[in-house]
This record gives sequence, C-alpha cells and structure tokens, in this order.
Amino acid sequence: MKDIKLSQAPPGVEGAGFFATSLDKVIGLARANSLWPLPFATSCCGIEFMATMGSDYDLARFGAERPSFSPRQSDMLLVMGTIAKKMAPVLKQVYTQMAEPRWVIAVGACASSGGIFDTYSVLQGIDEIIPVDVYVPGCPPRPEAILDGIMQLQEIVKNESLNRRNTPEYKALLESYGIQTDNS
Amino acid sequence: MSKLDNDTLYTRLQERFGDIIRNPDLPYGLLTVETDKDHLIEVLEFLKRDEELQFIYLTDITAVHYPEKELSIAVVYHLHSFVNNLRIRLKVYIDGNSPQIASATILWKAANWMERETYDFFGVRFLGHPDLNRILNVDDMEVFPMRKEHPLEDPNRVDKKDYFFGR
Repeated sequence: MKDIKLSQAPPGVEGAGFFATSLDKVIGLARANSLWPLPFATSCCGIEFMATMGSDYDLARFGAERPSFSPRQSDMLLVMGTIAKKMAPVLKQVYTQMAEPRWVIAVGACASSGGIFDTYSVLQGIDEIIPVDVYVPGCPPRPEAILDGIMQLQEIVKNESLNRRNTPEYKALLESYGIQTDNS
Repeated sequence: MSKLDNDTLYTRLQERFGDIIRNPDLPYGLLTVETDKDHLIEVLEFLKRDEELQFIYLTDITAVHYPEKELSIAVVYHLHSFVNNLRIRLKVYIDGNSPQIASATILWKAANWMERETYDFFGVRFLGHPDLNRILNVDDMEVFPMRKEHPLEDPNRVDKKDYFFGR
C-alpha cells in the first residue's frame, strides 16, 4: 500500500489549521476528478473504450468510476464511432439533455472528422452539431490515447472558470450550434 | 418433377410474351431478361403464379443509373424459385427524368421496403405503393444520392482539401 497518489492541492496560503485558496481552483479540482462519462458508442472506438473502462486500463483511477447512461447525471460525453447524419439529431438531443457543466470528447477519426467515411450519409465530424472540447486521434485510438484525452480534459476542467456556463462566449458558442442557453 | 433450367424458362417466357421479353443474357449463369414497364406486372405475375415456374420469392428490387443511356434508369428485379432452385433477373429501363413504374406490392408484400429503398436512392416513383417515402436516408435529404450526378463525398469535408497536402 505504498505510492498512493493524491491530487495535488491547488496553490494557496497554508498555515496552522487553515488553507486558503480560490473557490474556482477547489471546484475545478473536484470536477476534474469526478468526471462521470456518458459513452455514446456506435462502432469500434466503443470497443476500445470498453477496454479503457476495464481493469487493465481502469478509467476509474481518474474519478470516472461510473459510466452514466443517463445524460442528466453525467459530465463528459464521449462520442465514439461513426455518426451517420440520421444519428445526428439523436446525439444532439443527448447533448442538450446533459446538465451544465458538460464537456465533450470526440474519440477517434470518425467522430472527429468523419474518418474514412467521406460520404453523403455520414456526419463529417460531430463538431458540425455540438461543440467539442477534446479530440482523440486514432482509428481506433488505443486505450492509452483515450486516457490521454481524458487527462487533457481534466486539465481543461481544472483551469476553466467556475461559471463558464454564464459567460457570453460560451453562450454565443452554443447558440452558434442552435442550442438554447436561456432556460428561464 | 424435372427441375427447370434457364433454357426452358426462357422458352416459356418467349411462348407467353414473345417480343415483350428482350435481350436475354446469362451473366454468371443467371438468366437476365429485359421487359418494358407497361408489361412488368404481367410478367412478374406470370413468373409467380405459373404452376411450373413458381418464382414465389422476390429476392431484391434495386435500380442502376446509366446517365449515358436514353432510358437512364434500370429497375432490376431478382426472383427465386425454391422448388426449381433457379433465379431470374428482370430489368426494366425507364425514363430518368421522371422515373415511374408500377409497384410490385400487389404481388409481394416484401416489395414495400425494397421499393422505398429504390425510391430513396434513385428517385424511382412506384405507382400504387402504399407509403412511398425515404427509408434509410435522413428525411430532409433533397437528392437521390445513388444517381451519378450527385457527388459521393460530403461537401462539408474540409480536411481533404488540396492545400493541406501542398497540391
């Protein structure tokens, strides 16, 4: 039971019996280490993701213990596989059902760019319909690559503003995809 | 009962229909004949109902686009006779500008989805079909993608542009 690695504390002021840091950093740390994945697997990249979830690669080490098949209770949408144009509205609905804060990883060539399926019936990258935070290259990517993508996303989550959802840039981004942001 | 062969089958069709059955061919041993759209249902019904032939199984309906031909859409029917262990292919050339042909759904229920697929990809209108709409592609697609005038690739694709490769 040696070498148990803990998350590093964010920079702050430490003294006897207290530790002061900014709320953004604490919340970011908590979010980054409890990203619940929502796997949206349509083809071979999904098989690699199953290996990533399994004991050898063990995605749970990163706080993603529970794959949530309910979009309401997940933070990280992993799109793995070819998305046909007929599937596009389904994917978009799954994304809009997710609660803020939410992030998207496009796993593999098909989700990122359409891959080899350069054809009339296949979406040429999911960023045509939803915003994407991290792209994982590969056809399909190995589990290490998927883990690397998730670690990249953790860095994004740690360093972004607590209140990203209310920033005008973020709202403008979502509205450019035709996603409603004002639910009042 | 002696099994049917291609020669007998063709003779039977010739006896019954004469000039309506044209251009017989035997690619890979599969008897292929052409007919015209006015007599299509008649021919299909004969093949299905004839006591000797019994082509009761509609294997496939599809189409081929030949942009260089005057009648540029060929609708292709594949039939299978279980008792004779024999297949036949029937081709009907129709006008590509307003492709219309009678529906085979009155003979086979299975023709329903096959004709919807053929409509979806080639725009062939099957007259008398109960519910002719798209079956595989997205509903708001405006083209019939297997026709040769439409590019196969998605025009939104950017990462294959020549300038990324120094071309």
